[in-house]
Amino acid sequence: MRIFDPHIHMSSRTTDDYERMYAAGVRALVEPAFWLGQPRTSVGSFTDYFDALVGWERFRASQFGITHHCTIALNPKEANDPRCTPVLDVLPRYLDKDGVVAVGEIGFDSMTPAEEEAFRRQLALALEHGLPAMVHTPHRDKEGGTRRTLELVEEAGVDPGMVVVDHLNERTVAAVDERGCWMGFSIYPDTKMDPDRMVRILQERGTERVLVNSAADWGRSDPLLTHATGTAMLAAGFSEDDVDRVLWRNPVEFFAQSGRLLLPDGETDGRVAGGGAPAPDPGSTFEGNSVLRGERVS
Amino acid sequence: MTLVHPLVDPSLLRARLGPDAARALDEMLATLAEDPPAIGRLFAGAARRTARGDLEGAEGGHRVEDAVRVELVRAAAAGLDPGALAAELEALYRHGDADERRAVLLALAATGDADVDGSELLLDALRTNDVRLVAAAMGPHADRLTPHDWRHGVLKCLFVGVPLHAVAHLDERTDADLAAMVRRYAAEREAAGRPVPPDAARFLGPTALTTPSADLEG
Repeated sequence: MRIFDPHIHMSSRTTDDYERMYAAGVRALVEPAFWLGQPRTSVGSFTDYFDALVGWERFRASQFGITHHCTIALNPKEANDPRCTPVLDVLPRYLDKDGVVAVGEIGFDSMTPAEEEAFRRQLALALEHGLPAMVHTPHRDKEGGTRRTLELVEEAGVDPGMVVVDHLNERTVAAVDERGCWMGFSIYPDTKMDPDRMVRILQERGTERVLVNSAADWGRSDPLLTHATGTAMLAAGFSEDDVDRVLWRNPVEFFAQSGRLLLPDGETDGRVAGGGAPAPDPGSTFEGNSVLRGERVS
Repeated sequence: MTLVHPLVDPSLLRARLGPDAARALDEMLATLAEDPPAIGRLFAGAARRTARGDLEGAEGGHRVEDAVRVELVRAAAAGLDPGALAAELEALYRHGDADERRAVLLALAATGDADVDGSELLLDALRTNDVRLVAAAMGPHADRLTPHDWRHGVLKCLFVGVPLHAVAHLDERTDADLAAMVRRYAAEREAAGRPVPPDAARFLGPTALTTPSADLEG
């Protein structure tokens, strides 16, 4: 089972996780920019974080045979803090970089006017930079937040196929599906979605435009729940090809629209989407990985 | 105008790029001939506009995207005095991702003008644990580092697993202080029952050595 986790906050995880993820089949991932659990107080705190996402974390992942991508944005929670909002002016510098495969996480937390303003500006940035948008739906009033999200996407003139609306559940999936956006599901130990509920949604709606992620971060979460979902799909009668579509080909297709993927064959354009994703090299281990870009460490 | 040498033979690079990517490179070079500061816009997207991957046949195990970015620096440098080039390189480094930073370090190594001083960038790279940056920092531009900083750069290479052939002018600059530092490092490894990197042998005399590890500094 090859796995592309389209939403996981690796900065909050240990190298043990990277090892377990590789062993479970994870070969690529996307780390969306989000908040730290502790509020930031300045733009500098964001830029240090963004620099880590396009620098150290990418290197750290490569040591374990995993290709790391990220998304960059001002998250909805901190869009409410005037000390943080000037980071919007710094974002274009990052949105041109290889491996930055979407603008995100944007969206709503408490549905405030400041959140809506940041959301609109960042949808415009996605359009300007030719990037997909990753939209976080709120923990509270998820249905209202999802409805307003879809309205703003339409008003901004963003192609629904360039948008993933994330953290969906049984109550919010239909509206997103009908609009033609990609549907993201975060599989969690307690909250959000679990593997068996995910399988039922796949049975009802099929595998098209579905992204399954672990959204693992500093909270109680599990980076291997993508693998658990694949296993639950097989147990429910889905084929290995269905699992591969959901856990690998779908996220590759969605993020390849950015033209900035860094998959193992070195291709960063969209060709991987049309022709099927390159198979990860089974021998691509830490030691075998070209961490020196051309020469081996040892 | 400031002189920067190519990272690899330009004809080798163009053969590897193929016609479409070579055309994309030429377009960027033409832009930079007119407007050198445009490198701030072009540098980040240079790899996806051309190509990336190993550059077979090139000395030093260089990558295509590194050679392309150094070509961009050369084109910009043709229209910049050494001070302006140093400022551009610093901005590219400070705002760059790890790949862009490595390319800046390689461009510094290829700079033939004594008035371009990127030693602060080298020291920044040597503080990271990214072996690709550490290796690129210890090229010829590291001649500018003080003996203290340079010795610590060499020791860092041993520590994180960067082969010492990445270090420019190693034989010329090795001194008794560096040899003593490496001996103490090797003694610490042996006391802990850990292998000593084979590259340390040159400082230690004929000793049986095993394979290195790649420890990271916390």
